[in-house]
Amino acid sequence: MKSLDDLKKIRDKAQAKVTMRGKNDGIRVLVGMATCGISAGARPVMNRFVEEISKRDLEGVTVTPVGCIGECAIEPIVEILQGEQRTTYCRVTEEAVDRIITEHIQGGKPVQDYVIGKYRL
Amino acid sequence: MNELSLHILDIVQNSLKANAKLIEITINENSKDDSYTIIISDNGHGMDEKTLTQVSDPFYTTRTTRKVGMGTSLFKMAAELCDGTFHIQSTVGVGTKVTASFVKSHVNRAPLGAIEDTITILMLNDCDVDVVYKHIIDKKEYIFDTREVRQVLDGIPFTDYDVIAWVKNNIKDGINTITEEEHK
Repeated sequence: MKSLDDLKKIRDKAQAKVTMRGKNDGIRVLVGMATCGISAGARPVMNRFVEEISKRDLEGVTVTPVGCIGECAIEPIVEILQGEQRTTYCRVTEEAVDRIITEHIQGGKPVQDYVIGKYRL
Repeated sequence: MNELSLHILDIVQNSLKANAKLIEITINENSKDDSYTIIISDNGHGMDEKTLTQVSDPFYTTRTTRKVGMGTSLFKMAAELCDGTFHIQSTVGVGTKVTASFVKSHVNRAPLGAIEDTITILMLNDCDVDVVYKHIIDKKEYIFDTREVRQVLDGIPFTDYDVIAWVKNNIKDGINTITEEEHK
């Protein structure tokens, strides 16, 4: 591995941030990452979430890869968990990710065009 | 799947499912033998002989959400389409080792693709698994080890996005460096 100095700087910056951050309810983004999800393009979708959340400097949003929920035909599937609320999106593209972040995660309003109810009840 | 790194991402899901704490991914490119070998080994709970004979069957899966399990069979197919070989060794309680070898120059061999995305997605997993990625091109070698990263981070989680960005750059640079050195 290359020099770890930059990593040490990131650590120091992060340690300073943790002490400043208050209690946060947090939003969890779960991306289906089984064979079906991966072949439908879940990796670039997850990647986009990570990049955009980092770029927009959103606090308390975590992105996690998960398994398959059995609706393989409508992958990539992404679930957004916020408190008691769960929203399931399907056939998510990288463009959809931008809308989900802007309208849902930042704006608080689920993007109806991609919610699973449009495809499955 | 049009990148080998996507197959790798898929196969390691099995390691996670097997509660592996350490996953080692090795890529060995050898121009003299014209071979390209991918080895994925883990220290998960392993499989018995009966399961081992079934895993490459696309209609075998331990899942309850669906009836098929294509991950391993797709990887096997990818290797065989490149005149390569595929095999799995596994010992209950010790771990599993998947070896896929390809003819490097074969027209059907997919490129590795964004392996850094595969590794970082693994690091973002909830399972707290450690990953060692070793990439060998002839005599040059690059090693990335999350245990070293963890040590430096001193409690800061991998989910810090600056860490993820650093890891991606490190892996990309590392592979580029050995590729350039080897082609000199």
